[in-house]
Amino acid sequence: MDHPESLWSFMHEQSAKLLQQTIQHIGLTFISLFITVLVGLPLGIYITRNKRAAGLVLGFAGVMQTIPSIALLGFLIPVLGIGPIPAITALFLYALLPVIRNTYAGINGVDPGVKEAALAMGMTGWQRLIRVDLVLAFPVIMAGIRTATVINVGVGTLAAYIAAGGLGEFIFGGIALNNTNMILAGAIPAALLAILLDFLLSLLQRAGNRSRRVALGLLPLVLLCLSSFYVLPLGYSSRLLAGFTPEFMGRRDGDIGLRAVYGLNIRTVVISDAVMYKAIFNRKLDVISGYSTDGRLKAYDLVTLEDDRKIFPPYYAAPVVRNEVMEKYPELAPVLNMLAGRINDSVMTDLNFRVEYLNQSPEQCARDFLVAQGLYRAPRNGKRGVVRLGSKIFPEQYILTDMYSMLVRGYTDLEVSSKTGLGGTKICFEALTHDQIDMYPEYTGTALLAILQPPAAETARLTVSRDSVYNYVKAAMQRDYHLTWLSPIGFNNAYALMMRRAQARQLRIQTITDLTNYLKKDRS
Amino acid sequence: MISVKNVTKTFGSYKAVDDISFSIKQGENIVFLGTSGSGKTTLLKMINRLLEPDHGEIAIDGVSIYVQRPEELRRKIGYVFQNNGLFPHYTISENISIVPRLLGWDKKRMAARAIELMEKLRLPSEQYGAAYPFQLSGGQQQRVGIARALAADPPILLMDEPFGALDPITRSAVKKDFKELDELRSKTIVLVTHDVQEAFELADRIFLMDKGKVVQEGTPDQLLFEPAGEYVRTFFEEQRFPLEAERIAAGDYPALIRAFDKFKNRHR
Repeated sequence: MDHPESLWSFMHEQSAKLLQQTIQHIGLTFISLFITVLVGLPLGIYITRNKRAAGLVLGFAGVMQTIPSIALLGFLIPVLGIGPIPAITALFLYALLPVIRNTYAGINGVDPGVKEAALAMGMTGWQRLIRVDLVLAFPVIMAGIRTATVINVGVGTLAAYIAAGGLGEFIFGGIALNNTNMILAGAIPAALLAILLDFLLSLLQRAGNRSRRVALGLLPLVLLCLSSFYVLPLGYSSRLLAGFTPEFMGRRDGDIGLRAVYGLNIRTVVISDAVMYKAIFNRKLDVISGYSTDGRLKAYDLVTLEDDRKIFPPYYAAPVVRNEVMEKYPELAPVLNMLAGRINDSVMTDLNFRVEYLNQSPEQCARDFLVAQGLYRAPRNGKRGVVRLGSKIFPEQYILTDMYSMLVRGYTDLEVSSKTGLGGTKICFEALTHDQIDMYPEYTGTALLAILQPPAAETARLTVSRDSVYNYVKAAMQRDYHLTWLSPIGFNNAYALMMRRAQARQLRIQTITDLTNYLKKDRS
Repeated sequence: MISVKNVTKTFGSYKAVDDISFSIKQGENIVFLGTSGSGKTTLLKMINRLLEPDHGEIAIDGVSIYVQRPEELRRKIGYVFQNNGLFPHYTISENISIVPRLLGWDKKRMAARAIELMEKLRLPSEQYGAAYPFQLSGGQQQRVGIARALAADPPILLMDEPFGALDPITRSAVKKDFKELDELRSKTIVLVTHDVQEAFELADRIFLMDKGKVVQEGTPDQLLFEPAGEYVRTFFEEQRFPLEAERIAAGDYPALIRAFDKFKNRHR
């Protein structure tokens, strides 16, 4: 359990960030609210006069509301890219329904006798709208605006997925890192913000007749003023912009390490890895945190920067096998080791690229590779026994598993059954230790940080070299879990900073130190 | 002053007003009398264009009402609603000043006029001027409705069942003060009601309406004593005695007894 003190101290430590995120969040909420009112109010008024359009407009706004927020962001990214514009658009679309509906209901709810009297007195349609309809519908319209505001504060947390900032940065970072304090540091201010704004607007809603007229006049100004919050933090300049995942932001072998070890000082936005690669390709970002064998590296012509001070622990992949299986089928180990050292980073990246972007099947891709390497042999259809292969859910693991199953079938009399798609590390590893699978490819860094979790000092000492991590993991796994780590396949799927190839070449940046120096020079 | 020619208004397939023509002289008090659904309110609302006829022509002082903008027309015609139609968000004096404000009067003149009318309608301005409609009784609200209609001193006053929503005691009090208003002297008034007593009390001429047609048009005496048919005769039957009694000179007891006998025999 986390103690309240530690949450408090986290918030205290991160107060500058927290303040910035809160201000961004307020700005984001109000800028979209402003646009929503600007569009929704006239639209709501229009459909009180055109009943046929009413069904259409309310239907459209209703459908917008039902689209899951993440999906809506997904739809918007191809059209509007990342950053504030798609975020504001999404919030706008969400907030639209309550504003339109309440304007419509509010005006329709004005006593028809009063409306007729306004006309009978000689008011024009416009005069009646301003002096009678809107003023009398004001409480209902304000209720709609309140609802829209609360929705915006809530959905606004998702802006962190597409580099638009806000309190979602802490929330999603905290979820990725399983850090409760971080989640709360984002969630509590967001909740308080929603309550506070709702309360302030409720005061406005209950305002008397006279102050209501003043309020109607001031509302646009206040909205505009609060909207400007968002614009301000984006005002400062630095030539390069980094986009890091929420998880990377909170990791020691991530943003924190970059700042502490390299002294890297770069303007950073938080973004989900689903859209990050596309964004750097479209020059919306200049540096991203990615995985070094990701197929998108090739698809978008990116280069990884060398981690010359070794803050990213190595993530070398190697097959992990249960000891009983090793003893029962001694012929297995040499076959599995046939891949050792054969696949380096760029080969693995290329294989991932084929599957992710050229839509080849992992099996086809695995066979082509083995054939090219002269390793492929037709299955012997042996009956000596069955080896169960597992894999996590991503293309790299599928490709490796397919290669292993072809090798086992071709070189031994063993049959293979594949259990691909075993969620994440935890599920895969549990399956292995509970005798559900016999082997799967695992990464040294993952085994160290996610499974073994040695003390921080030990970790820091180990992560400087590929071999020390491998040796530690191999020994510990053998001792604690009776698992055998075979030889590494060769590639290192670690965290890496990436840039567009052309820009990196132009700025002569090859290592993270180069990047740090370039930014220092840039600033001076 | 007001001339109506061949006016017809239908709602869907229902003929609310069916080819009606008449004219009203300046200063006349006209009552459209009829049961609900007879078309009397529809006819009234066409005079200030709250409703537009399907056919026909309406003119005021010889000028067609369709050549001017409806709001310009309406500012020159007072209108009183059955359920007062006061603006709940306006004070009493603001409610009274709606039309003067639309006409662009200056503040001093508007305030003076509001006070004047409130006094005439027995609503002490210092007590009620800053009050809101919900703080007033039904009778007081209706007084404000009348004051609002008179505020810009329009030559024409349209009244849609103005006393219909009030209880009998309040009704007679409001009606009494209304009738005593000096403001009304030169005005042309068109009033809609289903109340025979009220029609006889206020009308110079009554238009008795049924199913969108004017069944008979004439002075109260003409309708009472020279009914133009069975419908008109039966319409007044219930109240024939009190209506006739009012028209008999004080002290003429034989005439009164004759009228009562006639009334009693019919109702046997």
